[in-house]
Amino acid sequence: MTRRTGRRSYSAASLARHALSGHRCWPRAIPEDRPRSGYEVVIIGAGGHGLAAAYHLARDHGIRDVAVIDKGYLGGGNVTRNTAIVRSNYFLPARGDIADRSLELWEGLSEDLNFNVMFSQGGIINLAHSTSQLDDFARRANAMAIRGVPAELLSRDEVAALLPRLDISSSTRYPVVGGLLQRRAGTVRHDAVAWGYARAAASLGVDIVQNHEVTAITSEGGRVTGVVTPHGEIHADRVIAAVSAGSTRIAQAAGLTLPVESHVLQAAVTEPLAPVLHHVVTHGLVNFYVSQTDKGELLLGGNIDGYNTRIARGGPSPLEEAIRVLVSMFPSLSRVRLLRTWAGVVDMSMDGAPILSETPLGGFYLNTGWCYGGFKTTPAVGELLAEMVATGTTPPMAAPFALDRFASGRIVPEEGHGPKPWMYH
Amino acid sequence: MLVITCPHCGPRDVTEYSYGGDASRARPDTTGEVDDATWDAYLYLRGDPAGPHLEHWHHALGCRQWLTVTRDTTTDRILEVRSPAMGGREP
Repeated sequence: MTRRTGRRSYSAASLARHALSGHRCWPRAIPEDRPRSGYEVVIIGAGGHGLAAAYHLARDHGIRDVAVIDKGYLGGGNVTRNTAIVRSNYFLPARGDIADRSLELWEGLSEDLNFNVMFSQGGIINLAHSTSQLDDFARRANAMAIRGVPAELLSRDEVAALLPRLDISSSTRYPVVGGLLQRRAGTVRHDAVAWGYARAAASLGVDIVQNHEVTAITSEGGRVTGVVTPHGEIHADRVIAAVSAGSTRIAQAAGLTLPVESHVLQAAVTEPLAPVLHHVVTHGLVNFYVSQTDKGELLLGGNIDGYNTRIARGGPSPLEEAIRVLVSMFPSLSRVRLLRTWAGVVDMSMDGAPILSETPLGGFYLNTGWCYGGFKTTPAVGELLAEMVATGTTPPMAAPFALDRFASGRIVPEEGHGPKPWMYH
Repeated sequence: MLVITCPHCGPRDVTEYSYGGDASRARPDTTGEVDDATWDAYLYLRGDPAGPHLEHWHHALGCRQWLTVTRDTTTDRILEVRSPAMGGREP
C-alpha cells in the first residue's frame, strides 16, 4: 500500500499546467485502497457524514490511522440520492444549532476541501397557505432570530415578487398567503461533497475502502474490537457507524435494537430549462420541495412512500403527488418533461430527529436516524463525530441526540407526530 | 404499486389504505407499573426486519377495517392478510 504525502492542490496554476499537456496527466483524485489489518478508527459508511468525520479526525485531531469502508462505491448511497438542499430554518434549538453550524461550514467548504462543491445560496422559501400557518412561520422565524439566524416573513406580494412564475391567484388549488425566507439556505452539488471530502481525507492519510460490506462487529469485554467483511476482519480501537439505510442491521451486529425504521424516499429531475427558479421552494400543505440545479434541471421531491421497505425503488403515487403540486404551483411548467427518477432507503427515527451518540458498547459510536434531512448537516456532523471519538466526550451540540433519550423521555420532537416514522420529513 | 388483497373487498391499491406501522409489538399489560426500559422497547424500539414484517393497514377508503398484514420488506410481496375476525390485531 502506498502512503500519500500531502495534497496535490487544484489551482489556476495546476489548471494551466495540465492544459499545456492536454489534460492527459491529471493524477487520480481518490485512491482505491485495500484495507490494512487494523486501524485506530474504522468508519462504516463512506457517505457524507462518514467521510466528513474522517476528514475532521485527520485534520483537527491528528488521528490519521483511519479507514472509511463502504459496502458500495463512493457516492453510491444517500449522499447523492438527496435533493441537495441545505438550510437551517428549524424551530427547536437542538435541530437548529447543528444546521446553523453546518451552514457556516458549507460557506467555506469549497476552500477547505480545495474542491468546488458548488454551494449556491439562492435561499429557501416555505410557502404558507393560511393565516394560521403564517402565524406558525412567524413563531419559527422568532425562534430562529433567538438563535441569531436571520429569517424573513414574506407577504403574498413579496412572495409573488420573488417567485414570478408562482400561481398566487385565489383560484389556485392551494392559495398562497405568504412565506418564510431564509436567504443563506441553498443547494450543494451532492456528489462533489462525497468526492471532495474523500479526496481531502485521503490526502491526509485516511484509507477509503469501497465494496467492503460490514457483516459483523467484533467486541470483547463490552468494548468494540473491529469489524468483519467478506474479505476478512479489520481491527479497530473505535468504530463509527455512519450508515443510513441498514443502520438497524449494523446496530444489531453490535447487539443494539434501534428506534429506527427503513423507508424509501423518491426524487426526480426534469429536463434542463433556462433559469426559472432562483430559490428552493417548499409547499406548506403537501410535503413538496423544488429547486433548479446549476445544470437547469428542476429537482423535486416529496414524501416517503409511507411503509417500511428495503427496496430503493418507490411506487408511483408519491411522485405523482409531487408532480401535481409542482404543476399547481407553477402552471407554466406543466409541459416540462421528467428526465429521471430515483430513490433511496432512509433511516426514519421515532421522533424525527437523528441519533448521534456513544452506545452501551464501548468505543462504538452511532450516527443514524437522520430521516431524510441528513445531507444538510454533513459538515457539522463530521466535526462532532470526530470530536466525540477523539476526546471521548459528547459535545454539547450532540448531547440532545443521545441514543438513551427515548428511554429517558427527552425526545427532540421538531414535528411531534409520536413514534410514527412514516409521518416525519 | 403495492396491492393489498383485503379479505372483505378484494385486491386494492395501496392508495386506498392508511399505514399503521409495526404490528409485532405487544403493549405491556401493566402500563401503570411498567419500567422505563420495557416502555421504551414497546413504544420506540423496532426490529426493522429485512424480510417478513408484521404491520397494521387501515382500509380507509374501503371497508374501514384494520388489517394485519405480513409483507416482505425486500420484495414487497404480501405473505398474509388477516382481518380482526380472522385473528388480526387492532393497533
